[in-house]
Amino acid sequence: MNQLNLDHASAAVEFNKDEPRVDWHDETLWFVRTKRDRAAAQLPEWEQLREAASQIKNHVLSNMHDLLAQFEENAKQNGITVHWAENADEHNAIIHKLIQDAGVTRMVKSKSMLTEECHLNDYLTRHGIEVIDSDLGERIVQMRKEPPSHIVLPAIHLKKSDVGETFHEHLGTEKGATDPQYLTEAARQHLRDTFLTRKVALTGVNFAIAETGGFVVCTNEGNADMGAHLADVHIAAMGFEKIIPRAEHLGVFLRLLARSATGQPITTFSSHFHRPRPGQQMHIVIVDNGRSRQLGRPDFRNSLKCIRCAACLNTCPVYRRSGGHSYHSAIAGPIGSILAPNLDMKLNADLPFASTLCGSCSNVCPVKIDIHDQLYKWRQVLMKEGYGPGSKTAAMKAMATVLESPSLYRVAGKIGRGVLRFTPVLAENRFNPWYNQREMPEPPAESFRDWYINNKKV
Amino acid sequence: MRVGLFIPCYIDQFYPKVAIATLKLLQNVGCEVDYPLQQTCCGQPMANSGYEHLTGGCNENFVRNFSGYDYIVSPSGSCTLHIKHHLHAANESEASAIRSRIYELTEFLTDVVKVSSLKATFPYRVGLHQSCHGQRGLHLAQMSELVAPPFSKPAQLLNLVDGLDLVQLDRRDECCGFGGTFCVTEEAVSAKMGKDRVADHLRHGVNYITGVDVSCLMHLEGILKRANSAVQVKHIAEILTATV
Ligand code: SF4
Repeated sequence: MNQLNLDHASAAVEFNKDEPRVDWHDETLWFVRTKRDRAAAQLPEWEQLREAASQIKNHVLSNMHDLLAQFEENAKQNGITVHWAENADEHNAIIHKLIQDAGVTRMVKSKSMLTEECHLNDYLTRHGIEVIDSDLGERIVQMRKEPPSHIVLPAIHLKKSDVGETFHEHLGTEKGATDPQYLTEAARQHLRDTFLTRKVALTGVNFAIAETGGFVVCTNEGNADMGAHLADVHIAAMGFEKIIPRAEHLGVFLRLLARSATGQPITTFSSHFHRPRPGQQMHIVIVDNGRSRQLGRPDFRNSLKCIRCAACLNTCPVYRRSGGHSYHSAIAGPIGSILAPNLDMKLNADLPFASTLCGSCSNVCPVKIDIHDQLYKWRQVLMKEGYGPGSKTAAMKAMATVLESPSLYRVAGKIGRGVLRFTPVLAENRFNPWYNQREMPEPPAESFRDWYINNKKV
Repeated sequence: MRVGLFIPCYIDQFYPKVAIATLKLLQNVGCEVDYPLQQTCCGQPMANSGYEHLTGGCNENFVRNFSGYDYIVSPSGSCTLHIKHHLHAANESEASAIRSRIYELTEFLTDVVKVSSLKATFPYRVGLHQSCHGQRGLHLAQMSELVAPPFSKPAQLLNLVDGLDLVQLDRRDECCGFGGTFCVTEEAVSAKMGKDRVADHLRHGVNYITGVDVSCLMHLEGILKRANSAVQVKHIAEILTATV
């Protein structure tokens, strides 16, 4: 939890202090990535599907206004009340008001990364409303007062024993119990009671369909349905980029989403909501919160194609070895590192650097977002706008001066090699981060250039 | 065919043997190779750190050195990729010619020279570290994330070497964690990734780790040496010219 106050590199140092846990985190997520590979390979048309999804989303980005207007009109006709929120505060206030209007102080929520982005739980708690997250992983981290560390697997940073401890403390399970079946059963009983007694339920939205004015929510536990079907008021919150033009496009996205996320052919529950049942209220809150700004940046607008499958997190070798909390942002991993600087450049200037730019994220992305290229571009924007540490800027200027002058470069090279050869202690010390866990390269007596001038022909 | 040899700065300074092997390899396959003496660096260390706006001088120097060659060849996927994507200069037509004529060594050998045999012997178990920039950036090999038929240009060449036993890794294209300045700014993650990459090779009993990027190999070498391992690293050019 305290990792949230650190920059990515420092938080990663903390995370890496427990190496067996890092190995376990890495292997668990790699296992998911491998399942995704197998599922993808079973569809010969996989790459065409990705291309189709990408094209549909391109169309969405270029016609955002019209599609949203069309959605609003159709949703209203279906009897859904549509609300617009410019930012997180408005989103929270609208939801607060709806709960107040319903005359209750308790609500149940299905997993929604948007509400994490808007810090809805904190807001409602401060206003005296009890919120229970009903997704199992989300409920676990909620009890621990931690944010989710992964957008699909919110408690992936925790082991069975951690969950056992948490449930012992909050649900009164036996101390030391780690049997998943036993623990899940305890959670199920606790949530059943919640579902039965809450009059207001909130869900996210995976896809909103302009053509029909309805929306689709995907969960593996069916918890969104349980909450929404039993409540008098169903509130759905969505970032405006969740819109797709037509119902027939769902086939493309639903085939890609679960396979990319967990390697399943399809999510266990894809629930279609089109109108409130008699006597029920249905509200949809459509949120901007910086999305129009990102849509207006040609280099970064593609990030709004994201369907939140988390494939880029699972494949990211840095995410697997630094943990979700090190990204100090609702959405971790490569995609989060593109979205977060849009929300606050100063606070998130470190995130585009939490990558080796290996490019694996862009390759797994089912909607073909150029993730690693956008990370590279954010680096340029952030450093140019002065969000880099002064020492780094000075070092880079010095490096540029040396490397643009062949004679300076040769002198510096000679000195550098000399230092390493004759006084290695200067480099082999604890202030050199390279040397902390790695040996220095052995410097040769002459550079290739020196050799070439004398030998040329091999 | 006149080839301009681009030797990245850290190879020039720390790994001249790799540059010598590259030169030898290109000469062996019949290229007329020239090494422009005033070259320094591709500018990638600045650009990947977010300071592309400081690479102007480097770029101009690069264009001065490498204009007019039929091909520019470099034993580094990462530096080649940087030039291919980001080289711009006052003389933009020259810069663009360079961008389209620069090749990483193994892709030059397989795609341009179309090498089908080599006089090289290396009777060891070898693990190939597929560096990301070469692989995903230059498409030197099929990527594990994509659904497409497999191929690998470096492996194709290694298979021409007598006695060489190329092992299959568990994670065939996982990043080693070098990542340029990432290796020091994110030291904890970088070192952990390197250790894991090395462990995959060790599990398969390799004698040598090879690859097309000296930077990744330098990182893996640092980790092997710290662990007092007998396993050594060799750039692919050294293996493709090896005689035992
Ligand atoms: S960026 Fe792509 S891979 Fe990552 S979560 Fe979004 S859709 Fe999935």
